[in-house]
Amino acid sequence: MITNKNDSNLNNNGNTHNLNINEFIKDEKFFNDSYTIFICGVGGQGIIKTSVIIGDAAIAEGYNVVMSEIHGMSQRGGVVSTELKIGNFKSSIIEESQADMILGFEPVEVVRSLNKGNTDTKIVFNTNPIIPPNINSQKNSYPDIGRVVKTLKDNYPYVYNIDGDKLAQEAGSIMTLNMVLLGAATGENSFPLSKESIISSMKDNLKENFHEMNLKAIEKGFGSVKSQL
Amino acid sequence: MELKKLVTANAGEKLFLLGNESAVRGAIEAGVSVAATYPGTPSSEIGSILYLLAKDANMYFEFSVNEKVAMEVAATAATSGIRSFTFMKHVGLNVASDSFMTTAYTGVNGGMVILTADDPSMFSSQNEQDNRHYGRLAKMPILEPSNPQEIKDMMIYAFDFSEKFKIPVIIRTTTRVSHMRGIVEIGEIRKLDNNAFNNEIIVNNTSYINDKDSHWKKGYFNKNPSQYIPVPANSAVMHKDLVLKLEEIKKVVNSSDFNIIYSKTPNNSNNSNNSINSLKLGVISSGSAFNYVWDVVNGYDLDLDILKLGFTYPFPEELILDFVKDLDGVFIVEEVDPIMEKELLAVLGKNSINIPVFGKLNNVFPLIYEFTPDIIHTSFKNVFDSINNANCDNNLNLFEIADEFSNKSLYICYDGVNEACDEIASDEIIDLMDSLPNRPPTLCAGCGHRSAYFAVKKAGEELGIDEKDMIFASDIGCYTLGVSPPYETADYLLAMGSSVGDGGGFSKATNQVVLSFIGDSTFFHSGIAPLINGVHNKDNFVLTILDNRTTAMTGGQPNPGLPVDGMGSVAPEISIEKIATAAGCEFVKTVNPLNLKKTVELYKEAIEYDGVAVIIAKHPCTLIKGQVKRKPMEVDYEKCSNCLDCINLLACPAISLIDGKVVIDYFACKGCTTCTQMCKERAIKVKRD
Repeated sequence: MITNKNDSNLNNNGNTHNLNINEFIKDEKFFNDSYTIFICGVGGQGIIKTSVIIGDAAIAEGYNVVMSEIHGMSQRGGVVSTELKIGNFKSSIIEESQADMILGFEPVEVVRSLNKGNTDTKIVFNTNPIIPPNINSQKNSYPDIGRVVKTLKDNYPYVYNIDGDKLAQEAGSIMTLNMVLLGAATGENSFPLSKESIISSMKDNLKENFHEMNLKAIEKGFGSVKSQL
Repeated sequence: MELKKLVTANAGEKLFLLGNESAVRGAIEAGVSVAATYPGTPSSEIGSILYLLAKDANMYFEFSVNEKVAMEVAATAATSGIRSFTFMKHVGLNVASDSFMTTAYTGVNGGMVILTADDPSMFSSQNEQDNRHYGRLAKMPILEPSNPQEIKDMMIYAFDFSEKFKIPVIIRTTTRVSHMRGIVEIGEIRKLDNNAFNNEIIVNNTSYINDKDSHWKKGYFNKNPSQYIPVPANSAVMHKDLVLKLEEIKKVVNSSDFNIIYSKTPNNSNNSNNSINSLKLGVISSGSAFNYVWDVVNGYDLDLDILKLGFTYPFPEELILDFVKDLDGVFIVEEVDPIMEKELLAVLGKNSINIPVFGKLNNVFPLIYEFTPDIIHTSFKNVFDSINNANCDNNLNLFEIADEFSNKSLYICYDGVNEACDEIASDEIIDLMDSLPNRPPTLCAGCGHRSAYFAVKKAGEELGIDEKDMIFASDIGCYTLGVSPPYETADYLLAMGSSVGDGGGFSKATNQVVLSFIGDSTFFHSGIAPLINGVHNKDNFVLTILDNRTTAMTGGQPNPGLPVDGMGSVAPEISIEKIATAAGCEFVKTVNPLNLKKTVELYKEAIEYDGVAVIIAKHPCTLIKGQVKRKPMEVDYEKCSNCLDCINLLACPAISLIDGKVVIDYFACKGCTTCTQMCKERAIKVKRD
């Protein structure tokens, strides 16, 4: 999908368009030469580390990449999300409905972020819930996971549900959940970066004594999506 | 990436850095000798990284007791001829503001940079004040980076600039810039002791050389009371000098490399028959807002020239005039307050340039919260649509369009967030989205704050005090999360340290029971003076100092209550108990809040005490690494009556209701035993292996 690896700016963009448009027409070149990933879940799931690994891999493959991450109060068991934009972007926030992929570490958080997606968006997500601790003092209960998966599958053509906790345990530890999901994202056909550069970036970012286990986790996630294609 | 790379990376290397990491590298490349801060998000990571790297980077670094002290540490270093860096969140500058205001008068010799990290949309702050006002208040130059690379570039530029003009320089970031990652090209580290350091540190014709004991370069303070002592006679001269200095700086900003025009080549703009083509519009923007403008203009191929301002104060008047000279109208896009917009209107007015400005003041862009690409997209589209609908073809008509927006209702904030989704999504999806539970941040499993809050409410209940008669004066830290149910132990909060003064105030203003809660770091930051005030003025309240042995909310930085300093070296540990006693408190007691029975009894005693009662609830934060892991709890289902008190009253992340049964997550449980102690049926016990 991505072909333009240069950070061109307005100065060397020869195309000139005028104000005479009633609707803003998307510049296909600008958007097609890019890949955006919205990653969401709960504080402590390793979302930021996963995103940095993807970002580093993108740089290694010669792309421009920007990323947004939210720290601070949201880390105390709250919602955590990052936005990765590979391509000729300057802002690190994905426009509504423009995400090429939603990578969800937690099912409710995937649903919460659907406004970032459209019907072409690849939705790759872990089906294991993390129930908010104050759920009993809330109006809404935690939705049934079966309903979440079915609703997503009925409405979006590219949905890959991953039993992340199980695959992480199989790889050696629940701590590898983020690597399972990283592998899963990599397995989707539209994902612009190679498995090799993702693995190499993982090795640069994580401690060596966990490489073998993480590698297993990446392969498990990768395989899980491939089997659903 | 290992953080050490921020010191060891070679020039030319490209790293994927967080804005805050890039600020650290900027400080290292610029040859900063002294850095000081008080942690605050979104600038916290700068300090957390310097804590690890300062020694390797030949830098002295401290977590000062508060931002004002950090400002003073930086100001004296810069006055002594070495480079200094202080950084803080936006509200931190409020604390530092008294000394900050005078540093513009006294000036500096070594470069001094003040990084203020604003928090539009308040991801982790009590307000969204726009600290660009501070530059104007103090007459201090402001640089506004848009991305991590620019943070580093501007840091290096700002130090040189500060030395040249002998004035501190403000770098204003926002959350989206400080917490943005991008590619940063590493530069050379400035050699210390080169001639760029000014001659003020030459004493008796010999260059003052670093002493052997310290790992950072030291300066030398040359006395000059007329410059450094702002008694009225001196400060009158200093203010005049400052104004003259600012006039000199105004000449520089117009040609600054950080103020860039991105223009499209108008090679076929006359191709269309549409009369709108004769109109030429431009955009002026800065900081994060510029990124959104750039992406929208490119992504939708809009015919808009962009003037990106990086050096935003003093406002570059000549550059603005040059940019707008061929324009029929101009957009101004900035977060948060319409500061540049007012400056722009003043420049246009002063120079009799009659073109409409589309900004916050005429309801084109929302007044508050951070921007997004969607907001910018929508605002541009609204104006473009109006132009097209009105068949607008000249400048006069454009004024009518601008008036049309002016007459609209106040555009406070953008609320079209779900529009895009609604267009695409089915009713089924919308129903699902509407039925989601919230996920607010919560106290961690095993957090002592939860136990203290449970105990104080239990004590009130046992004393027969109605909850509405208990005023909880809260403070800034993790314990502010007590605002949520089921704790509801935060009723009033103004700022860092305010719980103590508020406690005194409420005890004078009402006859209600007043309970103030403050953390250890926040107590050192600004809780001590109001405690003295409370005792001296015979106030009547209970002050709980939740001593969790760290500055938790910002990521676990040390504070004066710990035997370690800002560079990881051993340091004197300051006793909170002794401070409270020295402040004149006669009721000072320390308790481990995990001992519920004892804590409840202590609260009953403290509530009935007449005067300021201090309880130090001491239990280390569960996020501190290297603690002995206690055995987790499990539920004895034979005893459990399913009353759900543990779930409903504790809201512990480790306890959940699964298929109608209370289940404890063994991985999440920290073995604090609070649930064991509060369970009426004694149905929760240590898990058997």
